[in-house]
Amino acid sequence: MTVAPITTAPHLSSLDVLEAEAVFIFRETAAQFERPAMLFSGGKDSIVMLHLACKAFWPAPVPFTLLHVDTGHNFPEVLEYRDRTVERLGLRLTVASVQDFIDSGRLRERPDGTRNPLQTVPLLDAINQGGFDALFGGGRRDEEKARAKERVFSLRDEFGAWDPRRQRPELWSLYNGRHSPGEHVRVFPLSNWTELDVWQYIEREEIPLPSIYFAHRREVFDRKGMWLAPGPWCESAHGPRPGETLQVRTVRYRTVGDMSCTGAVDSEAVTVAQVVEEIAASRITERGATRADDKMSEAAMEDRKKEGYF
Amino acid sequence: MSPSTRADADHLVPGNVRPAGALLRLATAGSVDDGKSTLVGRLLYDSKSIFTDQLDAVTRTSHDRGLLEADLALLTDGLRAEREQGITIDVAYRYFATPRRRFILADTPGHVQYTRNMVTGASTAELAVVLVDARNGVVEQTRRHTAVAALLRVPQVVLAVNKMDLVDYSESVFAAIAAEFSAYARSLGIHRVTAIPLSALCGDNVVEPSAHMDWYAGQPLLAHLEDVEIADDTATAPARFPVQYVIDGPGDGYRAYAGQLASGSLAVGDRIAVWPTGRHTHIAAIDRYQDSVNQGHAGQALSLRLVDDLDVARGDLITLAHDAPMLTRELTATACHLADRPLRVGDQVLVKHTSRTTRGQVRAIPDRLDITDLSRHPQPGLLNANDIGTVVVRTEEPLVLDAYATNRTTGSCLLIDPTDGTTLSAAMAGAPFTDARS
Repeated sequence: MTVAPITTAPHLSSLDVLEAEAVFIFRETAAQFERPAMLFSGGKDSIVMLHLACKAFWPAPVPFTLLHVDTGHNFPEVLEYRDRTVERLGLRLTVASVQDFIDSGRLRERPDGTRNPLQTVPLLDAINQGGFDALFGGGRRDEEKARAKERVFSLRDEFGAWDPRRQRPELWSLYNGRHSPGEHVRVFPLSNWTELDVWQYIEREEIPLPSIYFAHRREVFDRKGMWLAPGPWCESAHGPRPGETLQVRTVRYRTVGDMSCTGAVDSEAVTVAQVVEEIAASRITERGATRADDKMSEAAMEDRKKEGYF
Repeated sequence: MSPSTRADADHLVPGNVRPAGALLRLATAGSVDDGKSTLVGRLLYDSKSIFTDQLDAVTRTSHDRGLLEADLALLTDGLRAEREQGITIDVAYRYFATPRRRFILADTPGHVQYTRNMVTGASTAELAVVLVDARNGVVEQTRRHTAVAALLRVPQVVLAVNKMDLVDYSESVFAAIAAEFSAYARSLGIHRVTAIPLSALCGDNVVEPSAHMDWYAGQPLLAHLEDVEIADDTATAPARFPVQYVIDGPGDGYRAYAGQLASGSLAVGDRIAVWPTGRHTHIAAIDRYQDSVNQGHAGQALSLRLVDDLDVARGDLITLAHDAPMLTRELTATACHLADRPLRVGDQVLVKHTSRTTRGQVRAIPDRLDITDLSRHPQPGLLNANDIGTVVVRTEEPLVLDAYATNRTTGSCLLIDPTDGTTLSAAMAGAPFTDARS
């Protein structure tokens, strides 16, 4: 009988652990489901997700399609990044357009002009059309209260609704993806990541990002303490009102969502390392700093999730 | 090639102590009355993991409720349903970091009916913080929390004796509670216990050392969490690699078996066995994502390429050829029942064990364990939600098992309802509380 030599096992850094966990979740989903799809917006969390998916299946191609719900108010730099990335990796992308739903009368513009809550209907429609039984999302538990109790495998009923009391207990790394016809499962590989982890991982892996994540000069105006940038969205929503004067500032974006409700932050950070430094010192959450839609009520996210939101 | 070659490990730190920036997963157990939410809020707040907008929201809510100061317990409030009822219904995960460590905290509610949440939170925890109220000492709930931690084999337990300010910071009160608790924990096989006297409300010994307890020579809670050595038994355990996914490369004959190494290490050239067939071959290459490495270690996501073209599929287990695991179609396990509908003798179930899911039938429920006094009640016939008991399940396909006492990954499984996919029970192979070394 041979005896294996005793080797000293190395311990993994927290990023190594999070990376291995996410890769495990990707492989588990690909194995358990017939037709998974991945939400990809060109935002940093979905970019990190895609990077991890590429690693999980290397050298084979990522075995699922990408899906983006386009509010029609997205940053052009981000859409350009999205299309370039899809092309470079030879992936398939389905775009569900909120604008199309508005044009065809299936959705109506809200009085406040914000389109984030309008994403749910096109999202569920795309899930049904595509026959997707699992959908990867970039949601993180550190983002928001209602997300802190989210499972990695989150069961949704045929209306896409999230019922916190129906969620399955999740133990060890045994992810139960069983579901009935019509139901689907949202999968969150970045559940245990924080904003800082995401940025440190982007730095470590040298992952390119859309330019608006870094400090640049931009024309903005102040609305309820947030720097909003004017753009095509002002035609359907409310652009600068009297008293909301435009000014040029040096800003960057911590999150990239719908332009009508995503604020920029004052920043001089032009490299990933500088952004990491800034985040480590930040005293405000990324959603608190940049998302008007989460400020609507204390339970805004809980309510939207119950309706089938991401 | 020697298995000790480790060209891939340059950025890793050897040894059994985790390096700076390592991750510690912990679970807290205790009720609202013990001040658990306040403790967690204090830990987050004093470690500067709470952001000003979160604190503003808590301050506003506190004022709305007529409180003069921000109630830190509100920081961990989750769903509106919970706020309305003033209870916690589910495990919530909290994230905080210090310059030395990253923490994932499973915040589990302590009500009697929520044993399942504690089991869930403890299943991934490397350390459990059990909270007691210094005025009440070790109570029934403490015993239950500690037994769950022991059952789930959380390697390390911290006893947080809270509300020391309400017992005049008395050393003798603390010492008596710590002694009683340690004896109880030892009887359950928990040998690594650290007791810390603190006041979450006043901030004594949570992050900052207390000015009121000179007699306490130990560290505050956060410093302990930063320093505590988590002996990583998985690194030195026999190698266990559940095959999760087969990767077929695009057109170049590349085939690899992907998975996460649950324990031990594997090296290129190792003679391995593939279970349940038990056929032998050698490892031709180990890929860690795009990089080829000479050796893989516990916790890493790897892709193994094998010398011989064996029929290997998801659900198989790869081990070193010389240490075979147990192969059985009769699973005897300690189960915690999680679902609202009971588990009965005769029930058809799916058994989800590592990456394999197979059909099974509950053949017997020999006993139910009272988690409060550890008494056993024979032949209960069924397990209700939050019950813990022994189950015997006959499976269609053989399971390649280790006792949960020796391996938390290859010794654990879920029982699932085959009709609607509900997770019924969490099962741990082997008897509860037995010493892994015996």
